[in-house]
Amino acid sequence: MAEPIVSVRNVSRRYPGGVTAVDNVSVDIMQNEFFALLGPSGCGKTTLLRMISGLDTPSEGHIFIGGEDMAFTPPNKRPTNMVFQSYAVFPHMTVADNVAYGLKVTGVAADEIKRRVGEALEQVKLSHLADRKPDQMSGGQRQRVALARALVKRPKVLLLDEPLSALDAKLRDDMRLELTRLQQEVGITFIIVTHDQDEALSMATRIAVMEKGAIRQLATPAELYEQPTSRFVADFIGKVNLFEADVVSQKGKAVICNAKGLGKMNLTSDKACGAKVTIAVRPEKLKLARVAPKAEGLVKTEAKVRDVGYFGDWSEVVADMPNGQPVSVNVQNDKRDGNTGLKRGDKVWITWAPSDSLVLTE
Amino acid sequence: MAQQLKPGTGPLEFGNRRWLQSLFAATIFVLYLPILVLIAFSFNEQNRGGVWKGFTLENYPKAWNNQSIFDAMVNSLTIAVITTLVATVIGTMVAVMMWRFRFPMKPAYEAAMGLPIVIPEICMGVALLLFFNASGIMNFFSHLIWPLNLSTIIIAHIAFCFPFVAIVVRSRLVGFNKQLEEASRDLGANEWQTFTQVLVPYMKPGIIAGALLAFTLSLDDFVITFFTSGPETVTFPVKIYSMVKTGVKYEVNAASTVLIIITIVATVLAMKLQSPEKAGH
Repeated sequence: MAEPIVSVRNVSRRYPGGVTAVDNVSVDIMQNEFFALLGPSGCGKTTLLRMISGLDTPSEGHIFIGGEDMAFTPPNKRPTNMVFQSYAVFPHMTVADNVAYGLKVTGVAADEIKRRVGEALEQVKLSHLADRKPDQMSGGQRQRVALARALVKRPKVLLLDEPLSALDAKLRDDMRLELTRLQQEVGITFIIVTHDQDEALSMATRIAVMEKGAIRQLATPAELYEQPTSRFVADFIGKVNLFEADVVSQKGKAVICNAKGLGKMNLTSDKACGAKVTIAVRPEKLKLARVAPKAEGLVKTEAKVRDVGYFGDWSEVVADMPNGQPVSVNVQNDKRDGNTGLKRGDKVWITWAPSDSLVLTE
Repeated sequence: MAQQLKPGTGPLEFGNRRWLQSLFAATIFVLYLPILVLIAFSFNEQNRGGVWKGFTLENYPKAWNNQSIFDAMVNSLTIAVITTLVATVIGTMVAVMMWRFRFPMKPAYEAAMGLPIVIPEICMGVALLLFFNASGIMNFFSHLIWPLNLSTIIIAHIAFCFPFVAIVVRSRLVGFNKQLEEASRDLGANEWQTFTQVLVPYMKPGIIAGALLAFTLSLDDFVITFFTSGPETVTFPVKIYSMVKTGVKYEVNAASTVLIIITIVATVLAMKLQSPEKAGH
């Protein structure tokens, strides 16, 4: 495997007053990766990004960039550049001057600046707006200026702090594709910080899910979604139904769990007999039926529809099990006659294959 | 019947209320009529007496050729320019310091900084006079050649002008996005480049507005100047005071009109640079 371009080693960041924003984090980020730091607000993801950029320094630990320990190197001496959440486009400069700024202050020759600024604006499709002032531009355009301004420096690593959060939904989709395209085009490592799981899942090659200053799971998007290792990750990435259960018997990796309101089911896990576990099932893995299904070996429960949320191409049906626990089921609206035909109070049967469930402990 | 709104007006449109309109008219009358009379009489033919005798431009060259008025004007402008330069630099530095740093006793320091604004001018004048005399500063400077003999006045003016600059620049800085500084550092600029190329351009409207404010404050200051001037030095406001004691000559009106125009131009510029459209950048 290639050398990591960014290697974070046992990094902690503590603030005076006892708050620990980042707690002993180690992570390797590879060349040309599109890496996402994902987590709820306050999980330390932005602090970690800022420490990689040099805008903050760790209380402990090392940060290697390109093999060199740069934990205490000032930001202007690092081969990283950042796209800020507020874009931070200089308001008193034109677009071209904004992009040229990072080259001017480091003494790049004027003709080279001109050429590289032209290229960078081309890359983000802003050549026609080179002489505009930022206050005459939309949020999406300002974001492109911020991108061009960072890319023109040819950093080894591009850092993006919540780059899409200030854009409206349509623009966000466009920009997501745009970022993926740019990353492939320029071939450098992107590290993106986001609280939006859709953003991380759709763009990143690997995702580190953070909680309370620590990385809870580091995996590819599909692994995170289908094989979460903890209740937190399962719950944070996408929607999930969680059921409390006990392991009642174990034979190798085959276990039988007794879940509240669902009864016994055969699952695969390495948990020992007697362990308290959580069984997680994604809403799209569940099936709805009006009558009791006859198939054997499925997990089944009766339920009463509480709410139907219509999302166009799919609907979310929330139904209460007899013990009162709500279960979410996603139903594809693949017929023109519209929705599921279900309404509040309808009795339904919910089934799923035991192999679609996950056994989690935390 | 319950009170009704007029068609096509909102509940907060006060402009059509009679009593407010009359109050406004009275205010304008008291504030600006005297100034208009002063300007009008600067074009009066007869030199004294307060009776309109006919239009003339004579008073302007007369004021210009009056050596003592001219000298006083040159003194005032010199003091104002030097004061503006120094007070703007100090005031801007104070503003940046109060905006950026946290330090012990900061609220007390901020209050002390604003003291020259709230303290009665007469107190400050007397205090400075006593200080200059007791320390020998007055004696030292008043025997030097022009413009060094204006030093005591300039020091006093800087002392009461820089807080105004600091307040104006500080209020401008409130809207500054600190990520701009971070972006500058991230893009390869050092601290000094970041200060001169990002922070200063952002503060510029505030700095210019503060400088113009300092200029007008210094130019027309009477009380503090009166106390801190040496025996030989006369500024324009002090000169006018001594002239009107012996009856108003219309060349004083002419010179005053020039001063008013300088002040108005400076004020309008200051307001323009502080206007919301500019500040929004």
